Amino acid sequence: MFSPLILITAVINGLLIGAVYALVALGLTLIYGVLHIINFAHGALLSAALFAAFMAYQKLGIDPYLATFLIAPSFFVLGYALQRFIIGPASHGDDRNMLLVTLGLAVLIENALLYAFRADTRTIDLAYSFKTIDVGFTFLSLPRVISFIAAFVVASVLWLVMTVTDTGKAIRAVAKEKLGAELAGIDVAHVYAITFGLGTACVAIAACLLVPTYYVNPSAGNAFILIAFTIVVLGGMGSVPGALIGGLAIGVVESLSGFFLGESLGQVGIFLIFIVVLLVRPRGLFGASA
Amino acid sequence: MRGYAAIVVVVALLAAVPLVVHSNVLLNFLVVTLMIALAGQGWNIIGGYGGQYSFGHAAFFGTGAYVTAILQMRYGVNAWLGCAAGIAAGGVVGAIIGGLAFRAGLRTSYFALVTLAFAEVLRIVASVVPITGAGVGILIKLDLRAQSFQFQSRTAFYLVILSLVAAALVIAQKLEHSRFGTWLVAVRENEDAALALGVDATRVKLGAMVISAAITAAAGCFYAQYFLFIDAPIAYGAWISIEALLTPIIGGVGTVFGAVVGALVVKSLGEGAKLMTGDVPGLDLMIYGAMLVLVVAFAPRGLVGAFADARARLMRRLASARKSVVEVTRG
Repeated sequence: MFSPLILITAVINGLLIGAVYALVALGLTLIYGVLHIINFAHGALLSAALFAAFMAYQKLGIDPYLATFLIAPSFFVLGYALQRFIIGPASHGDDRNMLLVTLGLAVLIENALLYAFRADTRTIDLAYSFKTIDVGFTFLSLPRVISFIAAFVVASVLWLVMTVTDTGKAIRAVAKEKLGAELAGIDVAHVYAITFGLGTACVAIAACLLVPTYYVNPSAGNAFILIAFTIVVLGGMGSVPGALIGGLAIGVVESLSGFFLGESLGQVGIFLIFIVVLLVRPRGLFGASA
Repeated sequence: MRGYAAIVVVVALLAAVPLVVHSNVLLNFLVVTLMIALAGQGWNIIGGYGGQYSFGHAAFFGTGAYVTAILQMRYGVNAWLGCAAGIAAGGVVGAIIGGLAFRAGLRTSYFALVTLAFAEVLRIVASVVPITGAGVGILIKLDLRAQSFQFQSRTAFYLVILSLVAAALVIAQKLEHSRFGTWLVAVRENEDAALALGVDATRVKLGAMVISAAITAAAGCFYAQYFLFIDAPIAYGAWISIEALLTPIIGGVGTVFGAVVGALVVKSLGEGAKLMTGDVPGLDLMIYGAMLVLVVAFAPRGLVGAFADARARLMRRLASARKSVVEVTRG
C-alpha cells in the first residue's frame, strides 16, 4: 500500500517536530522539578513569545533565529519577575493556589494578546521558510532541521548550567530538599524565580524556532501545551532526559498516528498515552517519585 | 437552620427579580449567570469542600448537554427525561474519572492534569464521531412547549435555572452539616490524618466527585435546552472548565453561596467591561484572569470569606468601642 520510505519519512518528521516539543516540555519539567507545580501559564507564555518573535521580524526586521538572543533573555527576566513578584507572593506557599495563579495568568496573557492583536492568524515569509534538504530518499524542511539541532544545543547548555554552575547546584539542592537548602543559606524565593525564568526562556527559544514554519495567534501556544504536559508526564515530571526522550517519542507517535488515523484522531492517541501513563505510572518512565 | 433560612431569602429575592425587571437582556444575563453558578457549585463540591481542584469540569457539562440533545434528536426521548439522563450520565462520567484518578492516588497537579486530559479527549472524540454531529454540532428542534423543556418567555427559563441553583445550594448546605461532608473536609485538610482516623478517603472523594459531576452536568443540560445548539468546543471546551472553577474560587471556595456570589460578580464585571468598551474580544476574560490572581493573593477565602472577615473585624471593633465607652462612663 505504501512504501517503507514514506513511513521512515513520517518518523523523521516526527523526530524533527518532537525536538521542539521537547524544548517546550523542558521548561515545564524544569519548573515542576523545582517548584512541584504544573505551570498552566506555559502555553500562554509560548503564545506571547511567538508574538514577540513575530513583531521583532515585522517591526524591526530581525531574523527570528537572531531574535532568539534578544527574546530569550527578555523572557528569562519576565519569568523571573512573574514568579518573584506575582506567583510566589500571591500563592502563600500553597500548591493549589499556585496552580490557580498560573491559570489566572494564562487566561490574562492569552486574552491580553487577543485584545491587542485580535484573533487573526499570522505567518511570516522568510527566504528559507520552505527550503528543504535532500537526504537521498526524501526531503527535509530546513527550518525544522535547524530547530532540531538548536533544541539539542539548548538542552546541553541547560544541562551544563545545572551541573557545573553554582546556580545550577542551588537549583538542584532546592529541588531535592527545600528546607535543607534554605538552612544552608540558599535564597529559595530567588532560586524559584531563576528556575521559572529558565523555563520561560526555553519557551521563548522554542517560539523563535517555530515562527519560520508555524502560525501565530493568541491561542497558538495551547496546541503545544497539552502535548508538553503529556511529554512531561511520560518522561517523568522534573526529569530533563525524560523530557527530551519523551518529546521525540511523542513527536513520532503524533506523526505516525496522524498518518494512520488522520489529523484529529491522531491527537487522541497522545491524550490516551497521557491518561494511561498518569493512571498506571504517574512518575513516568524516568521520574524518581510521584 | 440559619443556613436554610439564608437560602430561602436569597432564592426568594432572586425569584422576585422578574416581577420588577422586564428587560429581556437583563433576564438573559441572569439566566446565563445562574447557569454558570450551577456549574460552579458542582465544581465547589469536589474542589471547594474536597480540595481536589479539577481543571476539566467541561467533561461533565458537555456530557450533560450532549446526552440531553442526542436522546431528544436521535431517539425522540422527552426533553425532561433526556435532561434527567444527562445528569445521571454526568454522574457516571464523574464516577469513572474520579474512580480512576483517586484510585491511582493522583493529587494537586496530577489531578488537575488528568481531569483536563479527560475533557480534551471527550472534546476531540465529540468533534469526530457521527452521533454528536461531529464538527457540525447538534441543533435541537424548536418546540416551544413546557413539556419539551422549551419556553416562550425567558422568565420561565429563569425560574427553572433558579430552582436548579436552589437545589444545588440545599445540597451544599446539607453536605456541610452531614457526616459525609465532615469526612470530605477532613480529607481536604489532611488526607493522611483522615485516613489514620478511619475515613475511607478514596470513597469519600469519589462520592463527592459524582455529586459534583451531576450538578455541573445539570448546567450542561440546561445550556442545551436554552440555546438549542451545542458543538464540541462549546460543550467540552476549556471555557466552561475555567468558569466552573473561577466562580466558586472568587465567590468563596467551600462555602454555600460562593459560586452564586462569584458568578454574579464575575459576569457583571465581564458584561460591564464589554458595555464600556463596545465588546472588544478578550477584555472580559482578561478581567477574569486578573480577578483570579487577585482573589487568591488577597482574599484566599473568596468574597464571601472576605465579607465574613470584615464583619467579624467590625463586630470586634464595635465590642471594644462599647467596652471602652462603658469603662469611660464608669471611670
